[in-house]
Formats: sequence, C-alpha cells, structure tokens
Amino acid sequence: MASSFVEIGVEAARRWEELVAGDRPWIRIGTALCGEAAGAFEVATAVEAALEGQGVSAQVSRVGCLGLCFAEPLLDVQLPGGHRVFYGNVRPEDVAEIVSAHVSGGTPVAGKALGYLPGEESDAPLPDGIPDLNQHPMRVWENRIALRNAGNIDPMDIYQYIANGGYKALNKALGSLTSQETLEEVKASGLRGRGGAAFPTAVKWGFLAGNPAPEKYVLCNCEEGDPGAFNDKNILESDPNTLLEGVIIAGYATGASKGYIFIRHGHNGPIDRCRAAVNQARELGLIGENILGSGFNYDVEVALTGDSYVAGEETALMEAIEGKRSMPRYRPPFPAQVGLFGKPTNINNVKTLSYVPEIVSRGGAWFADIGHDTSTGTAILCLSGSLRYTGMVEVPLGINLKDVIYEAAGGVTGGRALKFLQTGGPLGGVLGADNIDLLLDFEVLRGAGAIMGSGGIIAADDTTCIVDLTRSLIAFCQYESCGKCFPCRMGMSHLLEVLERICCLEGTGEDLALMRNIGENMQAASLCGHGQLGFNPVSSALRYFGPEFDAHIIDHRCPTGVCELPRFSPAQSRR
Amino acid sequence: MSGLQQRIHDAVHGQTQATVTVLSSLLAVEDELGYISKEALEFVAEFSNSTVNDVWAVASFYPNFRFEPPTEHTVEVCWGASCHLVGAMGIFKSVLEASGMGSEGDRPDGRLTVKLNTCLGACSQAPVMAMDHHLAGRVTPESAAKNVTDLLETESHGV
Repeated sequence: MASSFVEIGVEAARRWEELVAGDRPWIRIGTALCGEAAGAFEVATAVEAALEGQGVSAQVSRVGCLGLCFAEPLLDVQLPGGHRVFYGNVRPEDVAEIVSAHVSGGTPVAGKALGYLPGEESDAPLPDGIPDLNQHPMRVWENRIALRNAGNIDPMDIYQYIANGGYKALNKALGSLTSQETLEEVKASGLRGRGGAAFPTAVKWGFLAGNPAPEKYVLCNCEEGDPGAFNDKNILESDPNTLLEGVIIAGYATGASKGYIFIRHGHNGPIDRCRAAVNQARELGLIGENILGSGFNYDVEVALTGDSYVAGEETALMEAIEGKRSMPRYRPPFPAQVGLFGKPTNINNVKTLSYVPEIVSRGGAWFADIGHDTSTGTAILCLSGSLRYTGMVEVPLGINLKDVIYEAAGGVTGGRALKFLQTGGPLGGVLGADNIDLLLDFEVLRGAGAIMGSGGIIAADDTTCIVDLTRSLIAFCQYESCGKCFPCRMGMSHLLEVLERICCLEGTGEDLALMRNIGENMQAASLCGHGQLGFNPVSSALRYFGPEFDAHIIDHRCPTGVCELPRFSPAQSRR
Repeated sequence: MSGLQQRIHDAVHGQTQATVTVLSSLLAVEDELGYISKEALEFVAEFSNSTVNDVWAVASFYPNFRFEPPTEHTVEVCWGASCHLVGAMGIFKSVLEASGMGSEGDRPDGRLTVKLNTCLGACSQAPVMAMDHHLAGRVTPESAAKNVTDLLETESHGV
C-alpha cells in the first residue's frame, strides 16, 4: 500500500535534513560520463579508502554532473549545516589531504578549492579565500530549470528528488488540474521540442489527447547519437526523476496508458539510473495503478535499442521498440493516429519532457517569460571542442551566442583563434567565427544556416580544416544511413566519395556542383530527416568557407595541412 | 543442453521488462555472451515465433552485435566531431600502433579488438577512448598508447 504524497514528502524531508545538517559531513562526487572519463571512479575509490584509513565517518554520494565538466573529477564537501566547497580536477592523490583537513578537520583546503556554493538556510560563515562558484563565468549566465538538481542530488535516490520539490507537479496535476488544464499550462509556456525540430509541444500533445483510443503511448527519446551532444544522457544520469515526472505528466495530459523511455544499449550510467528511478517511483505509487489515489493508471518502461543513429527518428524509434530494424516509416499515418504497436503515440525528447514538472509547478506563464520571442525557456547547451570551459550549461534563450562562447565557455584554448562552431549535431551546420553574433533563438540560428538541434556546440580553432571536418561529418552520416531509401543511402555514399577525393587533394572543378546536385536530390526525395538534412554539413561549410574548398580543389593544397595527416573511417559501412 | 545453449536460454528468459522482442532478446544474449552465436539466432527465432532469417535481419542491422566470440579486451576510440576536431585521428593511429594492428578489427591472437565509436558520450572530455567500456578523456597519442599497453600487460583500465 503506497503512502500518501504528504507522508512521502515528510520522509523525504527527514532524510534530506539528515544529509545536509545531520552529524556527519556529506561528500558528493560527480560520476556522470564526463566525470567517469576524467577519472571520477578512481577518485571515489580513493575517498572511500581515505575515510576508512583515517577512521573518518562521512556520507558519500555519487551524483551527476554540475555542468562544469572541464573541472572533472569534481567533488564537494558539505560540513553539517555548512556550505558546499568544491574541489576540481581532483586526483586520487589529492584525496587524503581533503579528507584529513576538511572532512575531518573542518578547514577547507583553500589552495585546492574551485569555489563554494552556499548551503540552503546555512548561517555558517562563508569559507575564507574561496570564490563563490555562482560567480564562475560558466554559471553566471545560467538559469537552471531542467538541470536544477543536476550535480546536487543522488540520482539513485528518489527521496532526494522529492525533498527538492520533486513530484509536487504530478501531485498538483493529478489532484487539482484536469488533463486539459495540464495541457493548457504547457501551451501557455510556449514550450517547443528540444530534439531538433522545435515543434510546439502542446500542439503535439493535443494530437494524442484528441484521439479517443483507450491504449495510447508516450515515448521519450534518449537515443541521442549526436556527436557533440550529451545533455540527454546527462539529465538521465544526473536527475532521472525530473524526466520521469515529465513522462508521467505527459501521459496524464494526453490520456495515455503507458510511457516508454528509450535509451541506446551500452550507456549503462543513464540506463541503470533511469531504471532505478522507475522502480523506486513504482514502489512509492507514483507510477502504476491509481497513482496517488487519482484513478489514473500509467506505467513506464525503459526500452533499449542497438547502435543506430536513425533510431532517434520518431517512427524508426517505434520500429526499434517493436524489436525490428530501426528504419523510418512512411507518413501518413502519423504517430498520433498509428504509432507504437499500431496504437496512437506521442514522442518527445528528454529535455522537452524535463521542463514539464517546473512548468506545471510554477505555471506556463512563468516559463514563457524566460527566453526570447517564440523561443521560450532555456537552452541546454553542450560545449565541447577547443574551449576553455567545456561542459553543459542551461541558459535563457535569447542571449547572444558570442557571449556563450567567449564568456561562459571562456573562449578558445591555447591562445588560438576561433575558426567556426559546429552546432546541432552532424545534420546541423557550421557557423564561421565572424558570424556568431547571433541570438540564441530557434529561428535566428536556422536563418544563419545552423540549427540548435539537440544543443551541441563544438568549437574549432584555426588549426582545423573545414573540408576534413565536413568529410568526417558525412562519413558519420553515411555510416548511420539506415539504407531504407535510395536517395539517402546512395547520396551519402556519393557525397563521401567526393569529399574523400577533395581531402586527397584530387578534387575536380565539377565536384562542388556535383555535391550540390546530390544534396538537392537527397533533400527532395529522402524519407526522413537523415537524408533530407544530410547535405547541411556541406552546404553550411560552403557558405562560410568556399575559398578553403577552392584551395583544395583548384590549388590542390590544404591550407592547414590537416588533410595531409593520416585519417581513418569505420572499416565497413552499416550495410 | 550445452553450456552455451543454457546461457542463451537463461539470458533470453531472464528478461524482466514488459516488452520482450527480437531485438531485446538479442541484446540480452549479447550482454551474456559478448556475441550472437548461430545457436542464439536459432533460439531467438524459436522463442519469438519467427524465422532465423527475420532474426538475422535485425542482428545484422545493428553494428553493436558481433558474431564471433569476443576477444579478451576491447579498445574503442571516439571519432565524433568533438573528438575529431581535437585529434581523434592521431589517437587512433597511436592505438593501432600500440596494438600492432593496421586497421579496425580483432587481433589474430584473440587478445584485443580495436574499434572506432561514433560517440562515447563524454564530448566535454575530448578526445575520448574506452578500454573495456571504461572511459578515459583528454587522452594524448602517448597516453592512449600507454592505456593500450597497460590493458594488455596489467589488465588495468587506468585513466
């Protein structure tokens, strides 16, 4: 028998109080994929060994990603009732001192600290000689909505989510809003899909809500194969309950009977944490039969796919859940009529659904106030490449892309100059360095030949070659073409062949016209976005860097010398 | 039932999620055996009331499936755009040299598989590689070669 939401909330608050103001310090270690790659597991092992070796008692949590990936491995120490003091780029050999001086001795190691974040309701004096982490360039631009808990809570503990306001929105929707009123709230927010197409979420939900079928599905797409984008996996690793609550509310608003969260096989961090959230939510009666006594029945399942980029396309995703090859379907019929297992279906991206709990809690108008014009809310950006501060930031839409790159991300590393940004994944585009004075807005970016896509922004410095990058992007698109439709399957192969030739400095005068011709055919005749957008990397590169292509083709010279280095592509294409 | 068949049987029947399909069964076998054997194709076909041909159609589509027993270790190098722009090609060259291999694939002595991966998901730590699925970021050609050597000599996934 599930407890009432009030009882669950009381228990969650008690447990949280114990963590932040009990009698033991609390150590949190960032262990998302970014932390793992930087050595966080080794640091976590060192922390456990140091605590045991020194006989110090502390609570240790493996949390997700705070966004400051450049500083991983990142750990922080919070003394009972005190503030959080962060240590960045921690090596296992640094841990013993942090434990003895700070965890045990109560004095932060100021020389090694990255910054502090004030503890809620803490009246402890601020730590001496340690900067306020909220003043870090990467954090000052932020407005964390979907990422509000990322890096702060243990993703494997649903009570920590609930103690921080989690499932209040679900309780509110089920207790005091009708399905239609819930949908109206999302409509008022102006929320648009964050998977790439930027389609109004409430309109999409309305298609499903309007279908009277008894069995209907909500799918959450965390396929996320975009190189350069890791925000979906990061949300699942940092705060899977935010997403899960969004999936449940989407089910309530659309009258669906079941939700699926769809993740690529092999990404064990996101999969394990998401499954733990689903199981814990079921135990607490937040999914299943008669949720919170409302009469609403809804279950959620985590489904896995094999490696396939195209499985992120909504109809291909349904094929994969059904256990088939992830190849797109013909439309019509559209998913809201005939979707997964032939039932009406709605599909949203992880980020889109992760906004929903806060929208329902605080009201659609609150969300609509953030952002710019019809691009409401925030953008969750993944900053990678040659940037000083790489990581993940959640910033209001409408700020200037230039500020994101030169302020939040601290500009280019190694004293080099920025050459271009690659945005929106492999089907997105590039922006030349002189053309990034742009507002972060779906329409503005599209007009500039780049797209927001899933939020990946990769910075390239002036030692990189645009032709080489374009070849690499098309090699990815060719490798990932599912092979169902001819224009994409052959078009990608043909484009790659031409680009290989240009990179070998053996291009001919007709090659650019040939690529444009192939691209036009792909755009006009491909079945799904993979082929329709597949020429974007080439067309946007040509738009900003035509002379560099000419140097390769006409002068048979790579200005940066990159094309003279060895290069590799996967041994075989998919088919 | 042979040991292999028993493991296939248990993996397929051990699935706990509600939606069990050809693909989910193949993934369960892959997790257990590290590859899809001929027996597995036949078993999944019978289990899912379809043909070996249908199961092969799914298995051959997804490049994460392999059809030979796995080697001892797998080293993957990410060639996503973030990694590519900060030197993934040089990392891959170094990994191949340290492995004594000329291209992607299995080493003939069965000790090592070297693969390119489309994106390992830790773009902020580019360039990234993985030793037996343990990620290592900000690698250099030198540290990448050392990671391979350490893996083969000491079974260490050290970062």
